[in-house]
Amino acid sequence: MSWVNAIIQGILTGGLYALFACGLSLLFGVMRVVNLAHGDLATVAAYIGIGIIAITHVPFLWSVPIVVAIMAVLGYVLQRSLIQAAISRGELTTLIVTFGLSIVIENGLLQFFTANNRGIGVGSSLISSSFSIGSGLQIAWLDVAIFGLAVVVLLGLQYFLSASKYGRLIRAVADDREAAQLSGANYQHVFGICAALAFATVALAGISYGMTTVVSPTTGTDTILLFAFAAVVIGGLGSLWGTLVGGIVLGVSQQIGAQINISYELLAGYIVFLVVLVIRPQGLTARRSQT
Amino acid sequence: MSTSATGASGQQRAPLLDVRNLIVHHGQLRALSGISLQVFPGEVYAIIGANGAGKSTLLRTIAGLHYPTEGQILYDGRDVTRMRPDKRATAGMAMVPEGRRLFPSLTLEENLKVGATFARSGPWTIERVYDLFPWMKERRGQKTAQMSGGEQQSVAIGRALVANPRVLLLDELSLGLAPVIVQRIYGMLPQILSSGVTVLLVEQDVSQALRVATHLQCLLEGHSTLEGRPADVTAEQVEAAYFGMGGHHAATASAAENIAAEGSEA
Repeated sequence: MSWVNAIIQGILTGGLYALFACGLSLLFGVMRVVNLAHGDLATVAAYIGIGIIAITHVPFLWSVPIVVAIMAVLGYVLQRSLIQAAISRGELTTLIVTFGLSIVIENGLLQFFTANNRGIGVGSSLISSSFSIGSGLQIAWLDVAIFGLAVVVLLGLQYFLSASKYGRLIRAVADDREAAQLSGANYQHVFGICAALAFATVALAGISYGMTTVVSPTTGTDTILLFAFAAVVIGGLGSLWGTLVGGIVLGVSQQIGAQINISYELLAGYIVFLVVLVIRPQGLTARRSQT
Repeated sequence: MSTSATGASGQQRAPLLDVRNLIVHHGQLRALSGISLQVFPGEVYAIIGANGAGKSTLLRTIAGLHYPTEGQILYDGRDVTRMRPDKRATAGMAMVPEGRRLFPSLTLEENLKVGATFARSGPWTIERVYDLFPWMKERRGQKTAQMSGGEQQSVAIGRALVANPRVLLLDELSLGLAPVIVQRIYGMLPQILSSGVTVLLVEQDVSQALRVATHLQCLLEGHSTLEGRPADVTAEQVEAAYFGMGGHHAATASAAENIAAEGSEA
């Protein structure tokens, strides 16, 4: 039964990892930007949520749309300023710039929030409770909710990209920036909207992580970014649903590893990551760039 | 309206596109050395020349994909030399780029929809493009990557038309296509012109260009070697200008002057 439990927990954790990964995948798929500050931005979102709740005492659920909106605006502004300036100077520059951004954010958080761990208090008792199926299978409602959120976010992103005017423009710009310009599209604005979308998912990822466990200023790089990368690579670069597949594979591997020996949790995840990278470098969902 | 009539009467009106002494560099390389041209409403202006003559560079600079080192581009009397390409597109300049450049992950209809997103108001709609190319309607949900070169070229033309441009820039429509297909695509030109679009095209296939053009200019290594109306230039002049044979620079320069003089007298 404990193996079944490990697999179910792994699948549910995969939803959280998909939330980590889909923004990273979107930015890479459309702009070819590997955002090394991705994890730190999720941490920032968690801290903003903690801050809003602490200062204004709004119920937790109210703080979510506020954080998402703040992060989306931040995404647009960062894209149109810092990241666009880096894109114009070549792909390697975006790595250096986002790496720099990551360091700045991490140290900024250390300065303002100290190195202490903090969690997002989830007021509602329903969401912090769990239910059991059969004997010995305990499933937390929060994990189910986050998995559901991940599926809803991916469905929403897919619908936006395939059916909306700006979704179509995002795909067109991802295909051929110059041809899109010849059709009258300001590609920098389209990039900005894409970044706003990605940052909105980053906000949800950060908040979700802050609810399930605690965040510290270094969580972004040592956990979120690494898991996001692993999920993206396992699932397949640039594929939205691939991030869920990758997240689930990563989550299940970690839980199975932990089942064998608790210290193997991270190791098992990275072994699967490496195996996929060697055997199937294009990722499990083989199609090239669906975004 | 017939194209030859507007070609002559267009001389009295202001040019829609006025390119003055354009100098363009690719890095250290000088791709264009002082090219000027005036395209009047209703004209089909053809730029001909061999590979590497600078034709595509000229068209891409007019569309805003390159910025010139020197010179001016006036569109409808407005200086657009430093304007972004997307702004030029929404102002009424549409380009069918060399190699079609469709969006491969989008369907045929989505490609047209992107072209229509920032469209000016005008006669062209996606439905009207389907009337022009009836095969498209049935295949609108398909990705364009599996389509033939001629079909892709038609989609690229449709994508440019639905923006309702005032001037249509066509870059090497014939490239990589069978002669039959090229003729069929150029056969669509009268229908496009009758909607009031002015055309500036670049073409390596000289006979095709001469067949449709009301005005032509020949480029050689970034210089203009011949300019005039197709009726006023001889095949020998075109050949000399195209290949740059036998002291062409002096000969064709004076020929171009003669043509220009004749043009202003008429």
